[in-house]
Amino acid sequence: MATIYVDDRPYEVDPAKNLLEECLSKGLDLPYFCWHPALGSVGACRQCAVKQYRDENDQRGRIVMACMTPAMDGARISIRDKDAVQFRAGIIELLMSNHPHDCPVCDEGGECHLQDMTVMTGHNYRGYRFGKRTFTNQQLGPFINHEMNRCITCYRCVRYYRDYAGGKDLDAFASHNHVYFGRHEDGALENEFSGNLVEICPTGVFTDKTLKQHYTRKWDLQTAPSVCAHCSLGCNTIAGERYGQLRRILNRYNAQVNGYFLCDRGRFGYGFVNGDRRLRQPRLLQDGESRPVSGAEALKRTALLLGRQSRVIGIGSPRASVEANFALRTLVGSRNFFSGMAPGEEHLVARMLHVLRGAGVRTPSLCEVESADAVLVLGEDVTQTAPLLALAIRQAVKQAPRRQAMQLRIPRWDDAALNEVMQQQKGPLYIATPAGTRLDEAATQCFRGAPDDVARLGFAVARALDATAPPVRGLSREERAAVQAIAGALRKAERPVVVSGSGCGSEAVVDAAAQVARALGGAGTANLCFTAAECNSFGLGLLNAMGTAEAFQRVADGLVDTVVVLENDLYRRVGRASVEAMLASAHVVAIDHSATDTVAGAEVAFPSGTFAETEGTMVNNEGRAQRFYQVFVPQGEVKPAWSWLGELAQAAGRTELTGLRSPDDLLAALGRAVAAFEGLPERVAGASFRVNGEKVPRLSPRASGRTAVSANVNVHEPKPPEDPDSPLAFTMEGYPQQPPSPLITRFWAPGWNSVQSLNKFQAEVGGALAGGDPGMRLIEPVANGAAAYTDEIPPAFRRRAGEFLVVPLHHIFGSDEQSAVAPAVAQRSPGPYAALSPEDAQTLGVQDGEFVEIELDGGMFQLPALLMSSMTVGVLGVPVGIGSLRGVDLPARSRCRRV
Amino acid sequence: MLSMLRTIWTVLLHLFRRPITVQYPEEKPYLPPRYRGRIILSRDPDGDERCVGCYLCSAACPVDCIALQAGERPDGRRYPEFFRINFSRCIFCGLCEEACPTYAIQLTPDFELCDYNRQNLVYEKEDLLINGPGKYPGYNFYRVAGLAVSGKEKGASENEDKPVDVKSLLP
Amino acid sequence: MTDVLLQVAVILGVLNAPLILAALLIWLERRFLALLQDRYGPNRVGPLGLGIVLADMIKIFTKEDWVPPFADRAVFTLAPAVIVITGLMSVAVIPITETIGVTDLNIGLLFFLAMSSMGVYSVVLAGWASNNKYALLGGLRASAQMVSYEVFMGLSLMGVVLMAGSFSLRDIVAAQQDIWFIVPQFLGFVIFFIAGLAETHRLPFDLPEAEAELVAGFHSEYSGMKFGMFFVGEYVGVTVIAAMIVTLFFGGWMGPVLPGIVWFGLKLLFFILIFILLRAALPRPRFDQLMAFGWKVLLPLSLLNLVVTAGALLLWKA
Repeated sequence: MATIYVDDRPYEVDPAKNLLEECLSKGLDLPYFCWHPALGSVGACRQCAVKQYRDENDQRGRIVMACMTPAMDGARISIRDKDAVQFRAGIIELLMSNHPHDCPVCDEGGECHLQDMTVMTGHNYRGYRFGKRTFTNQQLGPFINHEMNRCITCYRCVRYYRDYAGGKDLDAFASHNHVYFGRHEDGALENEFSGNLVEICPTGVFTDKTLKQHYTRKWDLQTAPSVCAHCSLGCNTIAGERYGQLRRILNRYNAQVNGYFLCDRGRFGYGFVNGDRRLRQPRLLQDGESRPVSGAEALKRTALLLGRQSRVIGIGSPRASVEANFALRTLVGSRNFFSGMAPGEEHLVARMLHVLRGAGVRTPSLCEVESADAVLVLGEDVTQTAPLLALAIRQAVKQAPRRQAMQLRIPRWDDAALNEVMQQQKGPLYIATPAGTRLDEAATQCFRGAPDDVARLGFAVARALDATAPPVRGLSREERAAVQAIAGALRKAERPVVVSGSGCGSEAVVDAAAQVARALGGAGTANLCFTAAECNSFGLGLLNAMGTAEAFQRVADGLVDTVVVLENDLYRRVGRASVEAMLASAHVVAIDHSATDTVAGAEVAFPSGTFAETEGTMVNNEGRAQRFYQVFVPQGEVKPAWSWLGELAQAAGRTELTGLRSPDDLLAALGRAVAAFEGLPERVAGASFRVNGEKVPRLSPRASGRTAVSANVNVHEPKPPEDPDSPLAFTMEGYPQQPPSPLITRFWAPGWNSVQSLNKFQAEVGGALAGGDPGMRLIEPVANGAAAYTDEIPPAFRRRAGEFLVVPLHHIFGSDEQSAVAPAVAQRSPGPYAALSPEDAQTLGVQDGEFVEIELDGGMFQLPALLMSSMTVGVLGVPVGIGSLRGVDLPARSRCRRV
Repeated sequence: MLSMLRTIWTVLLHLFRRPITVQYPEEKPYLPPRYRGRIILSRDPDGDERCVGCYLCSAACPVDCIALQAGERPDGRRYPEFFRINFSRCIFCGLCEEACPTYAIQLTPDFELCDYNRQNLVYEKEDLLINGPGKYPGYNFYRVAGLAVSGKEKGASENEDKPVDVKSLLP
Repeated sequence: MTDVLLQVAVILGVLNAPLILAALLIWLERRFLALLQDRYGPNRVGPLGLGIVLADMIKIFTKEDWVPPFADRAVFTLAPAVIVITGLMSVAVIPITETIGVTDLNIGLLFFLAMSSMGVYSVVLAGWASNNKYALLGGLRASAQMVSYEVFMGLSLMGVVLMAGSFSLRDIVAAQQDIWFIVPQFLGFVIFFIAGLAETHRLPFDLPEAEAELVAGFHSEYSGMKFGMFFVGEYVGVTVIAAMIVTLFFGGWMGPVLPGIVWFGLKLLFFILIFILLRAALPRPRFDQLMAFGWKVLLPLSLLNLVVTAGALLLWKA
């Protein structure tokens, strides 16, 4: 700890930080542009000027940039000094001299860092008489809008996009007053994290194009803390609604999970909430035709199907909340509750959970992955299945070289200097996957092989790390060299992390990753990171549901009268024939938010709410249980799934769900019923939670139009909706100050309208939120002691003539069921294909784009061939969730021929 | 005590003053152009809607009686997809006019807005939009904004230089 | 027989006159107040706007007569009646002319004082029964104010009683044959005038209903004809106080040329207009100022007045 004096008041600060960070941490307002807590300082914008004095006798002082000056013990600075104030005012006037007269038509207006800083600095009239510099804009794809005139050349965008996110196609062009940030030509920004430019850019150069379709100012959005539903990482988001539509997703800082950033799937994948595929009215299937009916009628019909004497089973869903799944489990009984995950995935999730709760491994948070200094990725295309994990790994790669650079006594925040020393050096990152990944460019070495070979590599690394692990025989010389290199790097590292998951569908790969983590030893260190397919896969896994396949078996055996399917499109899980057999031989009651094929075939369908219209808990890949809150009251007869289940039970005269009328009740019952969730209900801010006796408002105090929004329908305003299920209110009334961290509905502080106001919510800049980061880890290693190694090492993959191993290839845009229908994401989604190595293509005699036919699960699929040079020979990749190829358990062997 | 008597005397003398009341329906008072009465949306000198849907009026409105939705036309101009004022709530404070950055929303000296049915006091954009620039005849927002719209490319606004040639390194 | 009929007619006339007068006073007060404030006042309904009286009556009769569910129903209904009844009872003893008058009690003055004390019940009960904190505060203020000012009102009149040697109002008027009591009893008049204002809680002494701080004080919860009763009660009170001033200090019906009833009416109108003028001109004092003024100024003054009058009478008689 060091003491600095700001305007003659002493502050205790961390000498490893710079003055700007520390001033902001202490709540002092100091304007800045180019500095960002995640990007460090470069001293480009000259906005954070303060006056520094040599000692208390120094009267003159000198102007320094706070972001480039370490917070050394005894430093004396003045923010209010006349010269410093004048200097900052001069800088902002220069920055503004070319800024267009655009605020009314700029999407950033009202949450613009440049506006805030201009007001803070006191500049109001443009004194420069001459013309403004202008630029032409570029089309940057469906996500990002480009308006270059507004640029103030702080360089944050390229520093984030290139240095932080590893993007290649955004750069600074031209020179002096003409510096231009854009692509070399029009086209979509390729990087998967381009959406963060919206929040990184201090003004309106990069804005959210999906928001522009239904533009609403920040102050008018009804916002609530939410959790991203598009992958298993559970990034924290703030979802905003206006006029009954979800309008945008913003990042909600959580130092342990997503930090400052979101991936583009999470940010722009919300469109499905407003989509025309939404189910807004219960539907009944009569005479082969599905027609909308009232809730009462649907319930009456369902009551007959769910009666006491009826044999009912329930199929849960990895994309439904823990509460909804548990409500279904309670309704049908745990022996009649099936997970609803694809059988292969289900197996893998159980396996991963088993490993994570066993000895010798601990799963890191994303934040801990960022600080890892050696990473081994086994079998997972992280960028596509868990994008933000890839961003974290890209930061981990910088750890080792940065540590070296810091030995030159360069402070951690001095970004430009560190980059100069680090150049293109990368820390150890080894990737072993069946096909090439977007992360390969950052890797030290990549290994291509079929899933079994990837697993064998992992087992061999474990053996190299620990001689008591079982040996792997028959490795090639290159493989042995790679194993030695990987083992060496992992052994040398202080915080090594192994990343794997269900991405390539192989249990051996999961086991191999666990083996490496165990061999690394050091119980208690976070070293094994798994990803699963969906947002609540692990939460569902912890509920100990029965296998999906058994549900179909039971229906086939005629042991079931009625099946309740919860927010699950079964066609994505198992083969078409199985689902159709089930729909034909049992009464199917489907509850879902969208009209999926399962809903279309169900006898009765009830409309449930999406993540934005309900509240609940999801468990991410780290085992962190996180609550998402309802953002708005949906139109139509949409209700939360657990609410429909409660009404169904009541209508049918069943008592299982009596007394479980809210998510709080369900969570409390869950805490009692399932040991893994013990202690969670007490940690969650439930409906009765109040801050100073008040609810937390979802609307900002500036929210407008209350007396006119519905005036065209009826001039008498309706009563605002009440929320009995959460501590949030659907109005602007309530606790006016910063709420506790799990209930942050928006980032705003007086004078700080932009997302940069986040500084005011953190205990210290860049650190945890004040009051601690939300969420509770449910998975901790339960046993200590020696790790037990598995010796089930698969044999090496051997290709057979004319036959391929079909592996799933994931896509950030398109593979996730929910986000895939969002218009912006759909535009970036690839079409169906069959990816082949050029050698295989030659053998088959197909050219790129020609159709091949593969036989899978009894079905024939024709797909255009895609030649992929990074594809393992003998392996064929098909995209997950794209095209007609659904419900097939991969990897699987298949014959393939040219059409 | 004396001051009270003096007050009473002064008030009594007012008995002989001429009342200043204006006998309204027969006698119409003169209202200055900046009088704050019925709200209108004006058009710019080129005849296009001035409102760009920036939401500032609705944010400024203390009774929250303005609701709108911003949209963008294919030619790049922003416009309100709908614009609604609930005059049964309006208090004619004029803050919307002060907030408006494009002179689109203006208050007029027409104050005779009575109706027997409150529903009739909900005005939509069609009811609000007039065929003229109102009090500010010359102003066209898009001539000063940096946004490109059809008929005005980048760099064609007042006080703007031609767009930069990014590929040039000349000073 | 005719005597009896005549007597009944007189009684009805005298008792109805204040009610009609009260209605007219609505118009008078609004018009006069308006003129004092450089306005016209109600001038639209009927000639000179006199129709406003009728319109107001129709309005107040047809308004919903609502009793709040939380109020004490019986007392709530009773309270407005009390003020009108006591007001009319007071009217009974007032001698309009030598012959016209309901009754000539030999303790007429005491009866008037008793009745005006009774009036306080109306306000207190209304404030209590409304079960509303503003109404209760209004009721409390009213009771304090009226109980206090009653004391000086009674004492201030004792000079008059001493000089006339009677409590009968007719005798008092008769005693002013030579000189109106305003001359020897000027101090008594001033005190009675102020106390009368306070007793009827007219502006500037309308603290029990001070709308700026107590919403409407004791009658916050009242509506319809019950509210109307308070209104009528107030105007009856104004009329009664004005009539008492005329009777006690300004020689009642006496005057040259014109008949007694006209003189009485003119004097009455004059004082009513004075009441309205005061309303237009004077601001409301603070409640503590009102009480301090009563007990610290008016009480000693009225006692002084009594002692001096008694002394002077003793000297003169002796």
